[in-house]
Amino acid sequence: MTVLLGFLVLFAKLAVVLGVLLFLAAYLVWVERRFLGRLQVRLGPNRVGLFGLLQPLADAIKLITKEDTVPAEADRFIFLLAPAVVAVTALLMFAVVPFGPDITLGGHAIPMVISDINIGLLFVFALSSLGIYGVALGGWASNSKFSLLGGIRGAAQMISYELALGLSLVPIVMLARSFSLVDIVNAQSRIPFIVAQPVSFVIFLLSAMAESKRIPFDLPEAENELGAGFHTEYSGMRFGLFFIGEYVHMQVLGALIAVFFLGGWHGPFLPPAVWLLIKIILVALVMIWVRGTLPRLRYDQLMALGWKVLVPAALVNILVTGVLLV
Amino acid sequence: MLLYTILFYLLSALILAATGLAVTRRNLVHAVVYLVISFFGSAMLFYLLGAPFLAALEVIIYAGAVMILFLFIIMMLRVADFEEQMFPPGQSIPAAILALGYLGIGAVLIFSDPGSRAPLLPAAAEPRVFGSYLFVKHWLAIEVVSLLLLVALVGALYIGRANKARTVATVNKENV
Repeated sequence: MTVLLGFLVLFAKLAVVLGVLLFLAAYLVWVERRFLGRLQVRLGPNRVGLFGLLQPLADAIKLITKEDTVPAEADRFIFLLAPAVVAVTALLMFAVVPFGPDITLGGHAIPMVISDINIGLLFVFALSSLGIYGVALGGWASNSKFSLLGGIRGAAQMISYELALGLSLVPIVMLARSFSLVDIVNAQSRIPFIVAQPVSFVIFLLSAMAESKRIPFDLPEAENELGAGFHTEYSGMRFGLFFIGEYVHMQVLGALIAVFFLGGWHGPFLPPAVWLLIKIILVALVMIWVRGTLPRLRYDQLMALGWKVLVPAALVNILVTGVLLV
Repeated sequence: MLLYTILFYLLSALILAATGLAVTRRNLVHAVVYLVISFFGSAMLFYLLGAPFLAALEVIIYAGAVMILFLFIIMMLRVADFEEQMFPPGQSIPAAILALGYLGIGAVLIFSDPGSRAPLLPAAAEPRVFGSYLFVKHWLAIEVVSLLLLVALVGALYIGRANKARTVATVNKENV
């Protein structure tokens, strides 16, 4: 009976998290287009519904009803698989993000996280390194020069910045003394880690933006030279899956920044889950703002920033944190 | 316990099938994909045996970083050339001999160890416990491996530098 109840609770949590993630992904697209419009002194989508609020619905109908084409010379199996890899890994990363303290229901403590594994942080990295395959294989399988270049650029960029991403979080693990995201949030009940680790925060934010392949790090897509890069040849809902993957990834990064640096669900007055949501949306808005402000980096600038600035800075930061802790 | 056994054999079957497919594919990208599935299966096996930390490292390092580098190189090759990239069948004979030897030694080691008869209990090692075990009991091996990696790093740097210096020298000579 307890096992059955446990499964019921788990499925309820899964349904809520999945629903919120996908709903927010759809409306982040709307927010991005409206906010970017404002930044560039134009209106953005405002025809479908009040303030264009039904635009995501219209987009979804369009994507689902469009023909799902596969190029004649493409590697069919991998071509069909790649978008799913991107979307699934992005969605799965949210499984270890805590969205509140335990609540007690009928004598049972229900943890407000889908899975509190003791290697939560490494789980996120494992999925993020698997997510690269979606980009690299999607680009290769399309059998188009633009896509292949986009895929190669994506793979190179993501493995370069994954290093800085991982190293920037070592001081956080040292401070929290745990890989579990729940413990990391609990360690910030008094002050968020952004105060103790500002260097770490900057490195993580930059690498996270590079991992999500958004402007100024959007070389794998680079519309004006590669024409959308690794997803040039995709249409319909498979293109939609890449899109969902990108916007879910934005939310996951927002959630991770909230968990590692902004104190997770901690906050006064409002319920914990609402605080986490506010922090996620705040990070997403900053990312959109950056997109509206900066031009794209050149390839050598991208690699130099990753290997010659972020990685050494992260290593020095680990050393300094270690010395200060001992 | 039964559930763990079923999962173990399912995962083992998945790993063996994926590895077999990876070895026999003529298309190198397909081979890489199957090898990634195989590594992923091994990671799940580690998790099942109570080592979540190792499972995560297996995915991050092998399935993530190493195989992406393989894929990176393969994607640089021309798609049409895949058939010619394969080794001649004669070269698989030494590989088969080595594999059989490894299988034999492995079987002898496993069956001679009394610990292999004991039923496996579901357990999970904390990363902290795992870390202190590794660095307290096997510190010498860790140091040796780190030194080896350092040598590899210096070697890679030297080769990269040497190439760069030679290119500069050739360009300078041509200019003269």
